[in-house]
Amino acid sequence: MRTNKRRRQTQEIKKIRYIKQDIRRTQASGGSLLNKLKAYRDHHAHALFSSLGRLVASPFNSMMTIAVLSIAISLASGFYLVVANLQQLSGNLKTSAQISLFLKNEITEAHAIQLAETIRQNPAIQAVNLITKDQALAEFKTFSGFGSAITVLKSNPLPNVLQVLPKHTFEDKKELETLLQSFQQSIEVDSAQLDMQWVARLQSIMSVSECSAQLLNLMLGLSVLFIAGNTIRLELQSRHEEIVIAQLVGATCNFIQRPFLYTGFWIGFISGIVAWFTVTLMFLILRTSVENLSNLYGGNFHLLFFSFFETLALILISSSLGILGSWSVLTYQLQLTRPK
Amino acid sequence: MLKFDNVSKRYPDAGEVLKNVSFHLHHGEIAFLTGHSGAGKSTLLKLIAVMERCTRGTILLDSENLSSAKQRQIPFLRRKIGFIFQDFKLLKNRTVFDNVALPLVIAGFEHQEISRRVRASLDKVGLLGKEKKFPMALSGGEQQRVGIARAVVNKPPLIIADEPTGNLDPELAAEIMRLFENFQQVGVTVLIASHDISLITQMNHRILTLDHGHLISS
Repeated sequence: MRTNKRRRQTQEIKKIRYIKQDIRRTQASGGSLLNKLKAYRDHHAHALFSSLGRLVASPFNSMMTIAVLSIAISLASGFYLVVANLQQLSGNLKTSAQISLFLKNEITEAHAIQLAETIRQNPAIQAVNLITKDQALAEFKTFSGFGSAITVLKSNPLPNVLQVLPKHTFEDKKELETLLQSFQQSIEVDSAQLDMQWVARLQSIMSVSECSAQLLNLMLGLSVLFIAGNTIRLELQSRHEEIVIAQLVGATCNFIQRPFLYTGFWIGFISGIVAWFTVTLMFLILRTSVENLSNLYGGNFHLLFFSFFETLALILISSSLGILGSWSVLTYQLQLTRPK
Repeated sequence: MLKFDNVSKRYPDAGEVLKNVSFHLHHGEIAFLTGHSGAGKSTLLKLIAVMERCTRGTILLDSENLSSAKQRQIPFLRRKIGFIFQDFKLLKNRTVFDNVALPLVIAGFEHQEISRRVRASLDKVGLLGKEKKFPMALSGGEQQRVGIARAVVNKPPLIIADEPTGNLDPELAAEIMRLFENFQQVGVTVLIASHDISLITQMNHRILTLDHGHLISS
Protein backbone atom coordinates (compact mmCIF):
# COMPACT_ATOMS: atom_id res chain seq x y z
CA MET A 1 0.00 0.00 0.00
CA ARG A 2 2.72 2.41 1.14
CA THR A 3 4.94 1.32 -1.80
CA ASN A 4 2.12 2.05 -4.23
CA LYS A 5 1.64 5.52 -2.74
CA ARG A 6 5.35 6.25 -2.97
CA ARG A 7 5.43 5.04 -6.60
CA ARG A 8 2.49 7.31 -7.43
CA GLN A 9 4.22 10.25 -5.77
CA THR A 10 7.45 9.58 -7.71
CA GLN A 11 5.47 9.38 -10.94
CA GLU A 12 3.74 12.68 -10.13
CA ILE A 13 7.08 14.37 -9.39
CA LYS A 14 8.55 13.05 -12.67
CA LYS A 15 5.51 14.25 -14.60
CA ILE A 16 5.73 17.75 -13.11
CA ARG A 17 9.49 17.88 -13.73
CA TYR A 18 8.93 16.90 -17.38
CA ILE A 19 6.25 19.58 -17.80
CA LYS A 20 8.48 22.20 -16.16
CA GLN A 21 11.33 21.34 -18.51
CA ASP A 22 8.98 21.53 -21.48
CA ILE A 23 7.66 24.92 -20.31
CA ARG A 24 11.19 26.23 -19.81
CA ARG A 25 12.18 25.06 -23.29
CA THR A 26 9.13 26.72 -24.78
CA GLN A 27 9.74 30.02 -23.05
CA ALA A 28 13.46 30.09 -23.48
CA SER A 29 13.60 30.11 -27.21
CA GLY A 30 10.89 28.97 -29.50
CA GLY A 31 13.37 26.75 -31.26
CA SER A 32 17.02 26.99 -32.28
CA LEU A 33 18.62 30.26 -33.35
CA LEU A 34 18.40 29.23 -37.00
CA ASN A 35 14.68 28.48 -36.62
CA LYS A 36 14.22 31.83 -34.89
CA LEU A 37 15.96 33.64 -37.73
CA LYS A 38 13.82 31.76 -40.24
CA ALA A 39 10.69 32.72 -38.30
CA TYR A 40 11.88 36.35 -38.13
CA ARG A 41 12.43 36.41 -41.90
CA ASP A 42 9.03 34.78 -42.47
CA HIS A 43 7.35 37.33 -40.26
CA HIS A 44 8.98 40.20 -42.15
CA ALA A 45 7.90 38.73 -45.48
CA HIS A 46 4.40 38.17 -44.12
CA ALA A 47 4.20 41.75 -42.81
CA LEU A 48 5.49 43.11 -46.14
CA PHE A 49 2.94 41.30 -48.27
CA SER A 50 0.01 41.36 -45.84
CA SER A 51 0.32 45.15 -45.57
CA LEU A 52 0.21 45.39 -49.37
CA GLY A 53 -2.76 43.01 -49.32
CA ARG A 54 -4.56 45.28 -46.87
CA LEU A 55 -4.03 48.27 -49.17
CA VAL A 56 -5.42 46.28 -52.12
CA ALA A 57 -8.35 45.05 -50.02
CA SER A 58 -9.60 48.62 -49.44
CA PRO A 59 -8.85 50.13 -52.87
CA PHE A 60 -10.87 53.36 -52.48
CA ASN A 61 -9.19 54.45 -49.23
CA SER A 62 -5.75 53.44 -50.50
CA MET A 63 -6.23 55.27 -53.77
CA MET A 64 -7.34 58.46 -52.00
CA THR A 65 -4.28 58.41 -49.73
CA ILE A 66 -1.89 57.61 -52.56
CA ALA A 67 -3.46 60.33 -54.75
CA VAL A 68 -2.99 63.00 -52.08
CA LEU A 69 0.55 61.85 -51.31
CA SER A 70 1.56 61.65 -54.96
CA ILE A 71 0.23 65.17 -55.65
CA ALA A 72 2.39 66.50 -52.79
CA ILE A 73 5.42 64.53 -54.01
CA SER A 74 4.77 65.58 -57.65
CA LEU A 75 4.70 69.23 -56.61
CA ALA A 76 7.94 68.90 -54.66
CA SER A 77 9.79 66.94 -57.32
CA GLY A 78 8.28 69.13 -60.09
CA PHE A 79 9.66 72.26 -58.41
CA TYR A 80 13.00 70.56 -58.07
CA LEU A 81 13.07 69.80 -61.78
CA VAL A 82 11.95 73.33 -62.76
CA VAL A 83 14.77 74.81 -60.66
CA ALA A 84 17.26 72.35 -62.18
CA ASN A 85 16.17 73.47 -65.65
CA LEU A 86 16.43 77.16 -64.74
CA GLN A 87 19.90 76.52 -63.32
CA GLN A 88 20.88 74.99 -66.63
CA LEU A 89 19.59 78.11 -68.35
CA SER A 90 21.37 80.55 -66.06
CA GLY A 91 24.51 78.41 -66.30
CA ASN A 92 24.60 79.17 -70.00
CA LEU A 93 24.12 82.86 -69.28
CA LYS A 94 27.07 83.03 -66.93
CA THR A 95 29.43 83.21 -69.86
CA SER A 96 27.35 85.90 -71.53
CA ALA A 97 28.69 88.77 -69.42
CA GLN A 98 29.61 90.48 -72.64
CA ILE A 99 30.16 94.10 -73.66
CA SER A 100 28.37 95.39 -76.76
CA LEU A 101 30.18 98.22 -78.53
CA PHE A 102 27.83 100.18 -80.79
CA LEU A 103 30.18 101.87 -83.25
CA LYS A 104 29.63 105.33 -84.62
CA ASN A 105 27.71 105.54 -87.88
CA GLU A 106 30.68 106.74 -89.92
CA ILE A 107 32.79 103.67 -89.00
CA THR A 108 32.98 101.41 -92.02
CA GLU A 109 32.96 97.64 -91.95
CA ALA A 110 36.70 97.51 -92.80
CA HIS A 111 37.45 99.88 -89.96
CA ALA A 112 35.32 97.79 -87.62
CA ILE A 113 37.24 94.63 -88.57
CA GLN A 114 40.48 96.45 -87.84
CA LEU A 115 39.14 97.71 -84.51
CA ALA A 116 38.04 94.18 -83.59
CA GLU A 117 41.55 92.94 -84.30
CA THR A 118 43.04 95.63 -82.05
CA ILE A 119 40.70 94.78 -79.20
CA ARG A 120 41.51 91.08 -79.62
CA GLN A 121 45.15 91.91 -78.76
CA ASN A 122 44.05 93.05 -75.28
CA PRO A 123 44.97 90.29 -72.78
CA ALA A 124 41.76 90.91 -70.80
CA ILE A 125 39.63 89.97 -73.79
CA GLN A 126 38.64 86.43 -74.63
CA ALA A 127 36.85 86.97 -77.93
CA VAL A 128 35.48 89.66 -80.21
CA ASN A 129 32.63 89.13 -82.60
CA LEU A 130 31.60 91.62 -85.25
CA ILE A 131 27.98 91.97 -86.20
CA THR A 132 27.89 94.11 -89.30
CA LYS A 133 25.04 96.50 -90.11
CA ASP A 134 23.72 94.11 -92.76
CA GLN A 135 23.85 91.06 -90.52
CA ALA A 136 22.05 92.93 -87.78
CA LEU A 137 19.31 94.06 -90.18
CA ALA A 138 18.83 90.54 -91.57
CA GLU A 139 18.60 89.12 -88.04
CA PHE A 140 16.17 91.84 -87.01
CA LYS A 141 13.98 91.10 -90.03
CA THR A 142 13.80 87.39 -89.20
CA PHE A 143 13.20 87.54 -85.47
CA SER A 144 11.51 90.84 -84.69
CA GLY A 145 8.32 90.28 -86.66
CA PHE A 146 8.70 93.72 -88.29
CA GLY A 147 10.13 92.25 -91.52
CA SER A 148 7.78 94.03 -93.94
CA ALA A 149 7.99 97.37 -92.08
CA ILE A 150 11.78 97.37 -92.30
CA THR A 151 11.77 97.04 -96.10
CA VAL A 152 10.15 100.49 -96.22
CA LEU A 153 13.30 102.06 -94.73
CA LYS A 154 15.56 103.72 -97.31
CA SER A 155 18.80 103.13 -95.42
CA ASN A 156 19.97 100.77 -92.71
CA PRO A 157 19.65 102.59 -89.36
CA LEU A 158 21.58 99.93 -87.43
CA PRO A 159 25.23 100.45 -86.47
CA ASN A 160 28.08 97.97 -86.68
CA VAL A 161 28.38 96.21 -83.36
CA LEU A 162 31.33 94.54 -81.68
CA GLN A 163 30.46 91.88 -79.12
CA VAL A 164 33.37 91.74 -76.71
CA LEU A 165 33.65 88.78 -74.34
CA PRO A 166 35.96 89.52 -71.41
CA LYS A 167 38.17 86.75 -70.02
CA HIS A 168 36.91 87.21 -66.49
CA THR A 169 33.38 86.36 -65.56
CA PHE A 170 30.96 88.98 -64.47
CA GLU A 171 31.77 88.36 -60.78
CA ASP A 172 34.88 90.56 -61.23
CA LYS A 173 32.70 93.59 -61.40
CA LYS A 174 35.39 96.27 -60.88
CA GLU A 175 37.58 94.98 -63.68
CA LEU A 176 34.64 94.90 -66.02
CA GLU A 177 33.67 98.46 -65.13
CA THR A 178 37.22 99.67 -65.94
CA LEU A 179 37.14 97.84 -69.24
CA LEU A 180 33.77 99.36 -70.06
CA GLN A 181 35.02 102.89 -69.29
CA SER A 182 38.06 102.45 -71.53
CA PHE A 183 35.76 101.39 -74.40
CA GLN A 184 33.41 104.30 -73.79
CA GLN A 185 36.33 106.74 -74.14
CA SER A 186 37.31 105.25 -77.50
CA ILE A 187 36.50 107.64 -80.38
CA GLU A 188 35.08 104.92 -82.67
CA VAL A 189 32.51 103.86 -80.08
CA ASP A 190 29.17 105.58 -79.91
CA SER A 191 28.09 103.70 -76.80
CA ALA A 192 29.36 100.72 -74.83
CA GLN A 193 26.94 98.54 -72.93
CA LEU A 194 27.73 95.90 -70.38
CA ASP A 195 25.08 93.15 -70.63
CA MET A 196 25.62 92.21 -67.05
CA GLN A 197 22.92 93.81 -65.01
CA TRP A 198 20.11 91.65 -66.30
CA VAL A 199 22.23 88.51 -65.86
CA ALA A 200 22.87 89.55 -62.27
CA ARG A 201 19.16 90.20 -61.81
CA LEU A 202 18.31 86.82 -63.29
CA GLN A 203 20.86 85.24 -60.96
CA SER A 204 19.26 86.80 -57.91
CA ILE A 205 15.77 85.85 -59.13
CA MET A 206 17.14 82.34 -59.54
CA SER A 207 18.53 82.20 -56.03
CA VAL A 208 15.21 83.49 -54.65
CA SER A 209 13.26 80.88 -56.60
CA GLU A 210 15.73 78.18 -55.55
CA CYS A 211 15.32 79.14 -51.91
CA SER A 212 11.51 79.26 -52.23
CA ALA A 213 11.49 75.89 -53.95
CA GLN A 214 13.55 74.44 -51.10
CA LEU A 215 11.20 75.88 -48.48
CA LEU A 216 8.20 74.66 -50.42
CA ASN A 217 9.75 71.21 -50.73
CA LEU A 218 10.31 71.16 -46.99
CA MET A 219 6.64 71.98 -46.41
CA LEU A 220 5.52 69.38 -48.94
CA GLY A 221 7.84 66.81 -47.34
CA LEU A 222 6.26 67.56 -43.96
CA SER A 223 2.79 67.19 -45.46
CA VAL A 224 3.77 63.76 -46.84
CA LEU A 225 4.93 62.85 -43.35
CA PHE A 226 1.65 63.95 -41.77
CA ILE A 227 -0.56 62.33 -44.42
CA ALA A 228 1.27 59.00 -44.03
CA GLY A 229 1.08 59.37 -40.24
CA ASN A 230 -2.63 60.09 -40.33
CA THR A 231 -3.31 57.08 -42.55
CA ILE A 232 -1.50 54.87 -40.06
CA ARG A 233 -3.37 56.47 -37.15
CA LEU A 234 -6.70 55.54 -38.80
CA GLU A 235 -5.40 52.03 -39.50
CA LEU A 236 -4.31 51.71 -35.84
CA GLN A 237 -7.79 52.77 -34.72
CA SER A 238 -9.49 50.20 -36.92
CA ARG A 239 -7.17 47.46 -35.66
CA HIS A 240 -7.18 48.53 -32.01
CA GLU A 241 -8.62 45.29 -30.65
CA GLU A 242 -6.14 43.20 -32.61
CA ILE A 243 -3.27 45.23 -31.12
CA VAL A 244 -4.60 44.85 -27.56
CA ILE A 245 -4.88 41.08 -28.04
CA ALA A 246 -1.38 40.86 -29.54
CA GLN A 247 0.03 42.87 -26.63
CA LEU A 248 -1.69 40.61 -24.09
CA VAL A 249 -0.20 37.48 -25.62
CA GLY A 250 3.27 39.00 -25.42
CA ALA A 251 3.85 40.94 -28.63
CA THR A 252 6.73 43.40 -28.46
CA CYS A 253 6.39 46.95 -29.81
CA ASN A 254 8.53 45.98 -32.82
CA PHE A 255 6.21 43.11 -33.65
CA ILE A 256 3.15 45.36 -33.51
CA GLN A 257 4.82 48.20 -35.42
CA ARG A 258 6.18 46.06 -38.27
CA PRO A 259 3.08 45.67 -40.49
CA PHE A 260 2.21 49.36 -40.02
CA LEU A 261 5.73 50.46 -40.96
CA TYR A 262 5.43 48.33 -44.09
CA THR A 263 2.10 50.00 -44.87
CA GLY A 264 3.89 53.37 -44.55
CA PHE A 265 6.61 52.08 -46.85
CA TRP A 266 4.12 50.91 -49.48
CA ILE A 267 2.12 54.12 -49.61
CA GLY A 268 5.33 56.18 -49.84
CA PHE A 269 6.83 53.86 -52.46
CA ILE A 270 3.71 53.72 -54.67
CA SER A 271 3.15 57.49 -54.33
CA GLY A 272 6.79 58.09 -55.35
CA ILE A 273 6.31 56.05 -58.52
CA VAL A 274 2.99 57.77 -59.35
CA ALA A 275 4.63 61.18 -58.76
CA TRP A 276 7.52 60.26 -61.10
CA PHE A 277 5.06 59.39 -63.87
CA THR A 278 3.02 62.55 -63.24
CA VAL A 279 6.02 64.90 -63.40
CA THR A 280 7.55 63.11 -66.40
CA LEU A 281 4.22 63.33 -68.24
CA MET A 282 3.90 67.04 -67.41
CA PHE A 283 7.40 67.74 -68.70
CA LEU A 284 6.78 65.69 -71.85
CA ILE A 285 3.72 67.85 -72.54
CA LEU A 286 5.79 71.02 -71.90
CA ARG A 287 8.82 69.90 -73.90
CA THR A 288 7.67 70.96 -77.39
CA SER A 289 6.55 74.42 -76.33
CA VAL A 290 9.69 75.05 -74.23
CA GLU A 291 11.95 74.01 -77.09
CA ASN A 292 10.02 76.21 -79.54
CA LEU A 293 10.51 79.13 -77.17
CA SER A 294 14.20 78.36 -76.90
CA ASN A 295 14.51 78.25 -80.71
CA LEU A 296 12.90 81.67 -80.96
CA TYR A 297 15.75 83.07 -78.86
CA GLY A 298 18.27 81.20 -80.98
CA GLY A 299 19.11 79.03 -78.01
CA ASN A 300 19.84 75.38 -77.77
CA PHE A 301 17.90 74.57 -74.60
CA HIS A 302 16.83 71.01 -73.88
CA LEU A 303 14.42 70.27 -71.09
CA LEU A 304 15.95 68.18 -68.30
CA PHE A 305 14.06 65.12 -67.03
CA PHE A 306 14.76 62.96 -63.98
CA SER A 307 18.04 61.10 -64.27
CA PHE A 308 18.28 57.48 -63.13
CA PHE A 309 19.77 58.47 -59.76
CA GLU A 310 17.23 61.25 -59.27
CA THR A 311 14.43 58.74 -59.91
CA LEU A 312 16.00 56.39 -57.39
CA ALA A 313 16.36 59.23 -54.87
CA LEU A 314 12.74 60.31 -55.42
CA ILE A 315 11.40 56.82 -54.67
CA LEU A 316 13.80 56.36 -51.76
CA ILE A 317 12.85 59.69 -50.18
CA SER A 318 9.10 59.14 -50.61
CA SER A 319 9.34 55.61 -49.14
CA SER A 320 11.42 56.91 -46.22
CA LEU A 321 8.92 59.69 -45.57
CA GLY A 322 6.13 57.09 -45.52
CA ILE A 323 8.04 54.98 -43.00
CA LEU A 324 9.04 57.99 -40.89
CA GLY A 325 5.46 59.34 -40.77
CA SER A 326 4.16 55.93 -39.67
CA TRP A 327 6.93 55.43 -37.14
CA SER A 328 6.29 58.77 -35.40
CA VAL A 329 2.56 58.04 -35.04
CA LEU A 330 3.19 54.45 -33.90
CA THR A 331 5.71 55.54 -31.28
CA TYR A 332 3.25 58.08 -29.89
CA GLN A 333 0.18 55.81 -29.99
CA LEU A 334 1.92 52.75 -28.52
CA GLN A 335 3.28 54.86 -25.70
CA LEU A 336 -0.32 55.55 -24.68
CA THR A 337 -0.86 51.82 -24.09
CA ARG A 338 1.96 51.61 -21.54
CA PRO A 339 0.86 50.56 -18.03
CA LYS A 340 0.36 53.43 -15.58
CA MET B 1 4.28 30.90 -8.61
CA LEU B 2 2.23 34.08 -8.12
CA LYS B 3 2.70 36.13 -4.99
CA PHE B 4 0.90 39.34 -4.01
CA ASP B 5 2.50 41.11 -1.09
CA ASN B 6 0.57 44.08 0.43
CA VAL B 7 -0.54 45.25 -3.01
CA SER B 8 -2.59 48.45 -3.28
CA LYS B 9 -3.84 50.26 -6.33
CA ARG B 10 -5.13 53.81 -6.33
CA TYR B 11 -6.74 55.59 -9.28
CA PRO B 12 -6.79 59.39 -9.25
CA ASP B 13 -10.56 59.56 -9.75
CA ALA B 14 -11.82 56.30 -8.17
CA GLY B 15 -9.56 56.24 -5.10
CA GLU B 16 -8.03 53.04 -3.68
CA VAL B 17 -9.60 50.02 -5.41
CA LEU B 18 -7.23 47.41 -3.96
CA LYS B 19 -6.06 47.64 -0.36
CA ASN B 20 -3.11 45.68 1.01
CA VAL B 21 -3.91 42.49 -0.88
CA SER B 22 -1.63 39.54 -0.08
CA PHE B 23 -1.88 35.94 -1.27
CA HIS B 24 0.32 33.24 -2.72
CA LEU B 25 -0.65 30.80 -5.48
CA HIS B 26 1.57 27.75 -5.68
CA HIS B 27 2.64 25.75 -8.73
CA GLY B 28 -0.22 23.63 -10.04
CA GLU B 29 -2.79 25.32 -7.83
CA ILE B 30 -6.25 26.30 -9.01
CA ALA B 31 -8.05 29.23 -7.35
CA PHE B 32 -11.17 31.29 -7.92
CA LEU B 33 -11.25 35.03 -7.50
CA THR B 34 -14.67 36.32 -6.59
CA GLY B 35 -16.43 39.37 -5.23
CA HIS B 36 -19.18 41.85 -6.05
CA SER B 37 -18.95 44.22 -9.05
CA GLY B 38 -16.38 46.88 -8.34
CA ALA B 39 -14.67 44.80 -5.66
CA GLY B 40 -11.38 45.04 -7.56
CA LYS B 41 -11.30 41.71 -9.48
CA SER B 42 -10.57 43.31 -12.87
CA THR B 43 -7.94 45.60 -11.39
CA LEU B 44 -6.19 42.64 -9.77
CA LEU B 45 -6.14 40.78 -13.11
CA LYS B 46 -4.85 43.92 -14.88
CA LEU B 47 -1.99 44.10 -12.38
CA ILE B 48 -1.04 40.49 -13.18
CA ALA B 49 -1.21 41.25 -16.93
CA VAL B 50 0.94 44.37 -16.27
CA MET B 51 -1.72 46.48 -17.99
CA GLU B 52 -1.59 48.59 -14.84
CA ARG B 53 1.07 49.06 -12.19
CA CYS B 54 0.35 48.83 -8.47
CA THR B 55 0.69 51.90 -6.29
CA ARG B 56 2.24 49.96 -3.38
CA GLY B 57 3.49 46.44 -2.66
CA THR B 58 5.10 43.79 -4.83
CA ILE B 59 3.77 41.19 -7.27
CA LEU B 60 6.06 38.27 -7.98
CA LEU B 61 5.56 35.89 -10.91
CA ASP B 62 8.01 33.01 -10.70
CA SER B 63 10.25 35.26 -8.54
CA GLU B 64 10.19 38.08 -11.14
CA ASN B 65 8.81 41.37 -9.89
CA LEU B 66 5.91 42.47 -12.09
CA SER B 67 5.43 45.77 -10.29
CA SER B 68 8.87 47.07 -11.21
CA ALA B 69 9.26 45.35 -14.61
CA LYS B 70 10.83 47.51 -17.29
CA GLN B 71 8.72 48.34 -20.35
CA ARG B 72 10.74 46.13 -22.67
CA GLN B 73 10.44 43.15 -20.26
CA ILE B 74 6.64 43.28 -20.13
CA PRO B 75 5.96 41.35 -23.40
CA PHE B 76 8.25 38.54 -22.21
CA LEU B 77 6.55 38.40 -18.81
CA ARG B 78 3.15 38.24 -20.51
CA ARG B 79 4.32 35.20 -22.49
CA LYS B 80 4.39 33.32 -19.15
CA ILE B 81 0.67 33.91 -18.71
CA GLY B 82 -2.23 32.56 -20.75
CA PHE B 83 -5.19 34.94 -20.74
CA ILE B 84 -8.80 33.88 -21.21
CA PHE B 85 -11.56 36.48 -21.49
CA GLN B 86 -15.32 36.55 -21.02
CA ASP B 87 -15.80 37.99 -24.54
CA PHE B 88 -13.19 35.54 -25.95
CA LYS B 89 -11.23 38.35 -27.66
CA LEU B 90 -10.70 36.38 -30.87
CA LEU B 91 -9.63 38.01 -34.14
CA LYS B 92 -12.79 37.72 -36.21
CA ASN B 93 -11.08 38.06 -39.57
CA ARG B 94 -8.61 35.24 -38.85
CA THR B 95 -9.19 31.51 -38.85
CA VAL B 96 -9.21 29.38 -35.70
CA PHE B 97 -5.70 28.20 -36.62
CA ASP B 98 -4.35 31.77 -36.95
CA ASN B 99 -5.98 32.80 -33.67
CA VAL B 100 -4.44 29.93 -31.75
CA ALA B 101 -1.09 30.36 -33.52
CA LEU B 102 -0.77 34.06 -32.56
CA PRO B 103 1.27 33.58 -29.32
CA LEU B 104 3.63 31.21 -31.15
CA VAL B 105 4.09 33.58 -34.10
CA ILE B 106 4.87 36.35 -31.61
CA ALA B 107 7.32 34.13 -29.71
CA GLY B 108 9.12 33.44 -33.01
CA PHE B 109 8.34 29.77 -33.55
CA GLU B 110 9.01 28.17 -36.89
CA HIS B 111 6.07 27.34 -39.15
CA GLN B 112 6.17 23.54 -38.73
CA GLU B 113 6.45 23.78 -34.98
CA ILE B 114 3.54 26.24 -34.91
CA SER B 115 1.42 23.85 -36.94
CA ARG B 116 2.23 20.94 -34.64
CA ARG B 117 1.57 22.86 -31.42
CA VAL B 118 -1.66 24.47 -32.66
CA ARG B 119 -3.07 21.06 -33.60
CA ALA B 120 -2.06 19.61 -30.21
CA SER B 121 -3.67 22.54 -28.44
CA LEU B 122 -6.89 22.33 -30.45
CA ASP B 123 -6.96 18.59 -29.77
CA LYS B 124 -6.80 19.28 -26.02
CA VAL B 125 -9.92 21.47 -26.17
CA GLY B 126 -11.72 19.11 -28.59
CA LEU B 127 -11.66 21.37 -31.64
CA LEU B 128 -9.34 19.47 -33.94
CA GLY B 129 -10.68 19.66 -37.48
CA LYS B 130 -12.05 23.18 -37.10
CA GLU B 131 -8.77 25.01 -37.81
CA LYS B 132 -9.97 26.57 -41.03
CA LYS B 133 -13.23 27.94 -39.62
CA PHE B 134 -13.69 31.58 -38.67
CA PRO B 135 -14.72 32.37 -35.07
CA MET B 136 -18.12 33.69 -36.13
CA ALA B 137 -18.97 30.25 -37.55
CA LEU B 138 -18.53 28.68 -34.08
CA SER B 139 -20.85 28.50 -31.07
CA GLY B 140 -20.09 30.49 -27.87
CA GLY B 141 -18.69 27.42 -26.12
CA GLU B 142 -16.48 26.61 -29.10
CA GLN B 143 -15.22 30.20 -29.32
CA GLN B 144 -14.28 30.07 -25.65
CA ARG B 145 -12.43 26.82 -26.26
CA VAL B 146 -10.51 28.51 -29.08
CA GLY B 147 -9.62 31.22 -26.54
CA ILE B 148 -8.43 28.52 -24.13
CA ALA B 149 -6.41 26.76 -26.86
CA ARG B 150 -4.72 30.11 -27.62
CA ALA B 151 -3.99 30.64 -23.91
CA VAL B 152 -2.32 27.25 -23.45
CA VAL B 153 -0.61 26.81 -26.84
CA ASN B 154 2.58 28.47 -25.55
CA LYS B 155 2.49 26.22 -22.44
CA PRO B 156 2.47 29.07 -19.93
CA PRO B 157 2.95 28.19 -16.25
CA LEU B 158 0.03 30.47 -15.26
CA ILE B 159 -3.46 30.81 -16.73
CA ILE B 160 -5.64 33.79 -15.87
CA ALA B 161 -9.31 33.57 -16.82
CA ASP B 162 -11.63 36.57 -16.51
CA GLU B 163 -15.24 35.37 -16.20
CA PRO B 164 -14.60 32.53 -18.69
CA THR B 165 -18.08 31.07 -18.29
CA GLY B 166 -19.96 34.38 -18.09
CA ASN B 167 -21.47 34.00 -21.55
CA LEU B 168 -22.07 30.24 -21.44
CA ASP B 169 -24.90 28.00 -20.22
CA PRO B 170 -24.28 25.89 -17.04
CA GLU B 171 -23.50 22.69 -18.94
CA LEU B 172 -20.86 24.38 -21.14
CA ALA B 173 -19.54 26.26 -18.09
CA ALA B 174 -18.97 22.97 -16.24
CA GLU B 175 -17.21 21.57 -19.30
CA ILE B 176 -14.87 24.59 -19.47
CA MET B 177 -14.13 24.22 -15.74
CA ARG B 178 -13.20 20.56 -16.27
CA LEU B 179 -10.71 21.72 -18.93
CA PHE B 180 -9.09 24.04 -16.37
CA GLU B 181 -8.82 21.15 -13.92
CA ASN B 182 -7.04 19.16 -16.62
CA PHE B 183 -4.45 21.91 -16.98
CA GLN B 184 -4.02 22.08 -13.24
CA GLN B 185 -3.28 18.37 -13.19
CA VAL B 186 -0.28 18.89 -15.49
CA GLY B 187 1.20 21.52 -13.17
CA VAL B 188 -0.25 24.72 -14.55
CA THR B 189 -1.42 27.33 -12.03
CA VAL B 190 -4.92 28.62 -12.79
CA LEU B 191 -6.63 31.75 -11.43
CA ILE B 192 -10.27 32.16 -12.47
CA ALA B 193 -12.24 35.34 -11.77
CA SER B 194 -15.92 34.55 -11.53
CA HIS B 195 -19.04 35.51 -9.60
CA ASP B 196 -20.89 32.31 -10.38
CA ILE B 197 -20.88 31.28 -6.69
CA SER B 198 -22.82 28.04 -7.20
CA LEU B 199 -20.34 26.79 -9.82
CA ILE B 200 -17.35 27.83 -7.70
CA THR B 201 -18.56 26.07 -4.56
CA GLN B 202 -19.28 22.90 -6.53
CA MET B 203 -15.67 22.79 -7.72
CA ASN B 204 -14.14 22.60 -4.25
CA HIS B 205 -11.01 24.70 -4.86
CA ARG B 206 -9.40 27.63 -3.09
CA ILE B 207 -11.51 30.82 -3.22
CA LEU B 208 -10.11 34.37 -2.96
CA THR B 209 -12.87 36.81 -2.11
CA LEU B 210 -12.52 40.54 -2.60
CA ASP B 211 -14.76 43.06 -0.87
CA HIS B 212 -14.33 46.77 -1.59
CA GLY B 213 -10.65 46.21 -2.39
CA HIS B 214 -9.91 44.03 0.68
CA LEU B 215 -9.12 40.34 0.39
CA ILE B 216 -11.52 38.91 2.96
CA SER B 217 -10.93 35.18 2.40
CA SER B 218 -8.13 33.22 0.82
